[in-house]
Amino acid sequence: MKQLRNICDGVGSVLALLVRSVGYAGTLPLQLGRFIEQCYLIGYTTLPIVAILSFFIGSVLALQAGYSMQDFGAKSFIGSLVGLSMARELGPMMVSILLAGRVGSAITAELASMKVYQEIDALETMNIPPARMLVMPRLAAVIVMMPVLTIIANLVGWFGGAFVSSHVKFIDIDSSTYFGALRHYTKFKDVANGLIKAEVFGFVVVLVCCSIGLRTRGGPREIGASVTRAVVTSLIMILVLDYFLTQVLLLISPS
Amino acid sequence: MPFCSPPAHPDASQEVPAVGVKVENLVKNFGSLSVLKNVSFEVKPGEIFVLMGPSGSGKSVLLRHVVGLERATSGRVMIEGHDAAVEETRQHVCIGLVFQAGALFNSLSVYDNLALYLREHRVGSEAEIKTKVLHALKILSLENTAKKFPSDLSGGMKKRVAIARSLVMEPQLLLYDEPTSELDPVMAATISEIIASLRDQYRVTSIVVSHDRDLALNIADRIGLLMNGELIMVGTPAELKASQDPRIVDFLHPKFDLHNPRFKKLET
Repeated sequence: MKQLRNICDGVGSVLALLVRSVGYAGTLPLQLGRFIEQCYLIGYTTLPIVAILSFFIGSVLALQAGYSMQDFGAKSFIGSLVGLSMARELGPMMVSILLAGRVGSAITAELASMKVYQEIDALETMNIPPARMLVMPRLAAVIVMMPVLTIIANLVGWFGGAFVSSHVKFIDIDSSTYFGALRHYTKFKDVANGLIKAEVFGFVVVLVCCSIGLRTRGGPREIGASVTRAVVTSLIMILVLDYFLTQVLLLISPS
Repeated sequence: MPFCSPPAHPDASQEVPAVGVKVENLVKNFGSLSVLKNVSFEVKPGEIFVLMGPSGSGKSVLLRHVVGLERATSGRVMIEGHDAAVEETRQHVCIGLVFQAGALFNSLSVYDNLALYLREHRVGSEAEIKTKVLHALKILSLENTAKKFPSDLSGGMKKRVAIARSLVMEPQLLLYDEPTSELDPVMAATISEIIASLRDQYRVTSIVVSHDRDLALNIADRIGLLMNGELIMVGTPAELKASQDPRIVDFLHPKFDLHNPRFKKLET
């Protein structure tokens, strides 16, 4: 019963924070400095790890596909498999998971620390709403940066697949065959579906991490506990939302 | 919109009218724990009111009610006729709170800590903000700390920066939570003098939560004594000193009995 009440309390806090933060959207032009700083933290500093992981995910996909398809003589379709998998699922999913682990944890740690050491209380007494100064610029930044990161993840993943396909002996298909299949089967709507997913996941991750950070009470131990809770909750939210969002997107734009 | 637009020039703050505070039958419970039990008192405009009491008696919780950071179980705090629990009150009355640990923004320099309020509420140009911030730092003899970060400051400096940060808001009501705790006697006296001189200079109403007897007896206009969530006395320093109530006498002049210590009495 207590668990259920905590979950309801958490959901309510996230929704309340969402409403408050969206209400301050009009102040974004006055907070351009903070917005750019958050774009840098969310986008630029996450880019190297996104690129490295995307390359290897694309590579592994091509390897596995090549191994599975070699007996059927369907190796020329590796490009379509890697292209669709990265665009529709793995690109947005992987970027969101990295966002939760790298950016979400940092956001929760920072806000939880500010809460525990009364900096949030100090802001409130100065009539500076934390939702305006600390949450809204982060939400705006993630909306802008998620499509950028996801497109880069897709491109690097596709090239990873191409590299493996042309350099591994048992696959050995040239790049033009790989990209020909990729271009033929991967449509704009597949990429768009992935971008919609990435936007939703990224927004939810940042919102949940901000909410958990701002609700922290206690001392240093609770800061650590909040970070763990924020990352775990974000990962669960990504996976649950992924299923339902995929269902909705398949209904809206069937193949 | 700023919740209290500071005057254009720092010195003009003297014209800001002080406000009175009325605490009416305030009750605060945390679960089954009763922290404040029907507390009522009044603070007059321009007065220094020191709220004393042992640790854990509910002083800081009461202060958080005055600034609207806690919701009362019952009763209310009125500031110049406005309910402190209502967010709009802070648009009518300018309230500064000096936190016990300073609550300075660790990621900002001292200068930016002071400038934050002015920048967020768009109070004047950057040049005007600079004038106000440097003026506040000068009042508290902190000119050389402007570029430093809170982690580079001593305890006494942090307290003074926290006071300076409240001062740039040019408050009508200034609240201090244990301003002299963790300070040596000389620095504690310095902070007490600063509190008194700010009241004299700016006519700001001050509520000081402290268990520092020297601070209370030297700078307070009136003192309230809170024990176990109950306000057992409100009076002038002279009245407090003259009181014969054994609880007050014991609080002001605790006797050291090494053969029969207090903690052993509590155990039995």
